[in-house]
Amino acid sequence: MQALGVEVLSVSVDSIYVHKMWNTHELSKMIGKDIPFPMLSDQDGSVGKKYGIYDEDAGVETRGRFLIDPDGIVQGFEVLTPPVGRNIQETIRQIQAFQHVRATKGTEATPAGWKPGKQTLKPNPDLVGNVWKVWKVSEAFED
Amino acid sequence: MAEEFKPGCQRPAVKKTVEQTSTPSQPIQEKGAESTLIKVGKPAPDFTAAAFHKGKFFNVSLSEYLGKWVLLCFYPGDFTFV
Repeated sequence: MQALGVEVLSVSVDSIYVHKMWNTHELSKMIGKDIPFPMLSDQDGSVGKKYGIYDEDAGVETRGRFLIDPDGIVQGFEVLTPPVGRNIQETIRQIQAFQHVRATKGTEATPAGWKPGKQTLKPNPDLVGNVWKVWKVSEAFED
Repeated sequence: MAEEFKPGCQRPAVKKTVEQTSTPSQPIQEKGAESTLIKVGKPAPDFTAAAFHKGKFFNVSLSEYLGKWVLLCFYPGDFTFV
């Protein structure tokens, strides 16, 4: 994420003191150093409620992930219930795609299955009805 | 980055937003209104929260990160998998 120029913020309902203990006793042992991003505490769930991911019955945040661009605009999000973890590679792919679109000032779009190096589309009136000539369905599935 | 604060029991004040002040008048629709707050292509709601980072405690506001890409990740709890 640092290589992509993305600032990570993690949020849970745990206190900042528990964050410190988790970092000290488990996370730093997993990665061999301190957690490289701020760990935020949302003990009353107020932040989670703003993002619609606070589970009032369980009193915890669900696995919500929001990608916010430099203008403060939400470009994408994903929300999972607690038992299933995220796919970090897909998050990275989406960031690369949104950054590419932004770099081209929206003149290029990234079709299904896009990743860096693969073909983009340049939306214009001539492309309407002609995507099949320039883009193959297999592109969506190939690595 | 925001100013560091001494460990204690203080918590940052909740930032009041227009949405929050308008919801009490429509308590029945509150849940529905919450779930539609976030839309892609629309501004991310600002907030301030206490944070731990590299041995220090301080407050973080999302608005401090304007001009940068931000990945905001919520998770159920410390000592679970993320």
